[in-house]
Amino acid sequence: MQSGNIFLAGVGGQGTLLASELLSEAFLLSGYDVKKSEVHGMAQRGGAVTTHIRFGPKVYSPLIEPGSAGLLIAFEKMEALRFVHYLSPDGVVIANTQEIQPPSVLRGLELYPGDIETRLRAAAGRVFLVDALSSALALKEVRAVNVVMVGAASHFLPLPAQAYEDALKLRLPAKILDVNVAAFRAGRELLASTGGVA
Amino acid sequence: MSVPTKETLVLLSGNEAIARGAFEAGVKVASAYPGTPSTEILENFAKYEGVYAEWAPNEKVSVEVAIGASMAGVRALSTMKHVGVNVAADPIFTASYTGVRGGLVIVAADDPEMHSSQNEQDSRHYAVAAKIPMLEPSDSAEAREFTLLAYDLSEKYDTPFFLRSTTRIAHAKGAVRIGDPVVPPVEPGIVRDAAKWVMLPVNARRRHVLVEERTRALVEYAETSGINRIEPGSRALGIVTSGVSYQYVKEAFPEASVLKLGMAWPMPEKMILDFAAGVDRLVVVEELDPHIETHVKALGLKAQGKELIPICGELDPRIVREGITGERGSAHSPERVPNRPPNLCPGCPHRGLFFVLNKLKAIVSGDIGCYTLAALPPLSAMDLCVCMGASVGAAHGIEKALGKGAHGQVVAVIGDSTFLHSGITGLIDIVYNRGNSTVIILDNGITAMTGAQENPSTGKTLQGKPTHRIDFVALCRAIGVAHVYPVDPHDMEATEVVLKREMAREAPSVVITQALCALLPEHRRAERPVYEVSPAACVGCKACSKLGCPAIEWVPYTPEDAALAGKKPAQKGVTRINPLLCDGCGQCPPLCKFNAILRKSQ
Repeated sequence: MQSGNIFLAGVGGQGTLLASELLSEAFLLSGYDVKKSEVHGMAQRGGAVTTHIRFGPKVYSPLIEPGSAGLLIAFEKMEALRFVHYLSPDGVVIANTQEIQPPSVLRGLELYPGDIETRLRAAAGRVFLVDALSSALALKEVRAVNVVMVGAASHFLPLPAQAYEDALKLRLPAKILDVNVAAFRAGRELLASTGGVA
Repeated sequence: MSVPTKETLVLLSGNEAIARGAFEAGVKVASAYPGTPSTEILENFAKYEGVYAEWAPNEKVSVEVAIGASMAGVRALSTMKHVGVNVAADPIFTASYTGVRGGLVIVAADDPEMHSSQNEQDSRHYAVAAKIPMLEPSDSAEAREFTLLAYDLSEKYDTPFFLRSTTRIAHAKGAVRIGDPVVPPVEPGIVRDAAKWVMLPVNARRRHVLVEERTRALVEYAETSGINRIEPGSRALGIVTSGVSYQYVKEAFPEASVLKLGMAWPMPEKMILDFAAGVDRLVVVEELDPHIETHVKALGLKAQGKELIPICGELDPRIVREGITGERGSAHSPERVPNRPPNLCPGCPHRGLFFVLNKLKAIVSGDIGCYTLAALPPLSAMDLCVCMGASVGAAHGIEKALGKGAHGQVVAVIGDSTFLHSGITGLIDIVYNRGNSTVIILDNGITAMTGAQENPSTGKTLQGKPTHRIDFVALCRAIGVAHVYPVDPHDMEATEVVLKREMAREAPSVVITQALCALLPEHRRAERPVYEVSPAACVGCKACSKLGCPAIEWVPYTPEDAALAGKKPAQKGVTRINPLLCDGCGQCPPLCKFNAILRKSQ
């Protein structure tokens, strides 16, 4: 059984908590020990939010150490760069191309960095930028960005696609299940050409 | 450790696991005031069949409800965040003397790192000070198990029990093996026993003696029961730890000998001495204050603790490893990118109010809630924030200190739920002592910061059932405030007129901002326009940006961009409204002198 660390980064309101819930549930359903940690409350109000997921035969710490995440899933492009130091040297970055301006950029005091992709590629071996927002909008469900990202990231985790779809069935109410299964498959399709499980 | 099997395990947060443990223990009455990171305990407990759960107006009431239920012979639960224990401390310290009938557990959820709190206090001090035993789980599985255990011990030792959690227990999920509910051994009903329950001095003196005897008995329990355990390892390093710090220790030093304390108070003295005798180097690893360390050193042992492990902030395996080895690992320095602090949501009614308060240059005495974020730029409209309810008393204090020098400038801002929690008494003080302050109650129809909980002003119970709805206007009038005026904070012009008038008034006044929290489903369902900025009309003056709304973005121009767009070369950019974020609240259009913000035609 493999062990691994998944670091999720996004902006409050983007659904990172649900994405982390699905990933954790998929590992538990597949017989892994799993822990995940996140914060609620004030931090969620449009601020940078992160979730740590750790899986393996036995997990102690709920927190990932910097430099040790095998996978960084960023729901917003700049958040990938903010937390890329959590990635291990051979880790993979999956970043959504969506840009959400932070307060200082909204007010024109700072620029949204224009060189994020270059800096990500300098910091990490394998970087995949995906347009999850367009996939979600194509499904007429902007809130499905998170599940599209899970689909794209699933290529780099040691579980079969069915494990995630089982987790979706377990955690989501029936009326939003279909669109989220479609979002997962759309996300998986986005990176289908990259060669599968790392 | 065998690999968990999927048939018997569920993924639960520490909070969900405590709720599950309370349900399995047969708890019948639970009361709480929401507070991060404790809130989801009661929300989850309330979903079980056959239990009573409620939001109390504050933590003190919540503990009093639990004391009554315990006296009536049922198992009772009260949950709160660490600062809530301060509010509830009065009944807690004397419940230690009365003891219990039905088991009584008080959950204190600490927030190391202050992810969503105003201080970083360590609740373990309360266990010592109130002479109440405290269990401290180190993951979700223990959160369930220790909750069950706490009820048995509470009844066996005739004492309330603390269960201490922290953010990385409360909001971390892990695999939990769940069980079926038990039938508690105590029979519900009143057993009259004034010597135990009526804390007249004559009775309390006798009870104090019993409390001291109880603590000695619990030390014996701590020594022998297995709640504390030694995990033998190398002799070179022995670590005493508890709570989530245990997980970091196991990660950082898998070879070390570990004394894991499941009971934060009282402590097993003999066990600590035995453990210390078996290792060459003794280190205490704990988050926040040196609680275990102080006790270990009081036994005359030579130990290291806070000189290696930080007293501020939360720990992680790296901090523990580097603290103990003294060696810095390879650097993983973060990339420099613009900060992303939390912000009021698009469409938040508070933004309209604080925009006006900023404009009026008011002295703003603030309180605990989402609106505390209005202290950040560009709203920058808060001068003080201490604790739940403090805004009102502090505004009065500022005014009394400055006299005429502060007239017409001082306001208190306080949310609906926070006002009911502990703002009312401050308002009574203003009226009674002839103050002039203006108190602004931010009524957004929900307790928002902690994730939308009902409260006595929403007209609904925790379960969403209809109930009496507190009428703020009538309440303030009854206290003696003659001038009480509701306003719509999205209408900033009208809000400004009312605020100017009431701040100038030589009498106490209350202004109530009435508009729903933008995250509430009933608000989100309502049809509203989406606004857009006409790039042709926008001159880049940033008047709308001063709202700090996440939907109002800035598009910077180079001189070439400006020329291409047909603008003056000096124009630095234009604003743009993100249609995915715009809530249609209507606050920004009146701020634009150039009528560049228009309803989007669809």
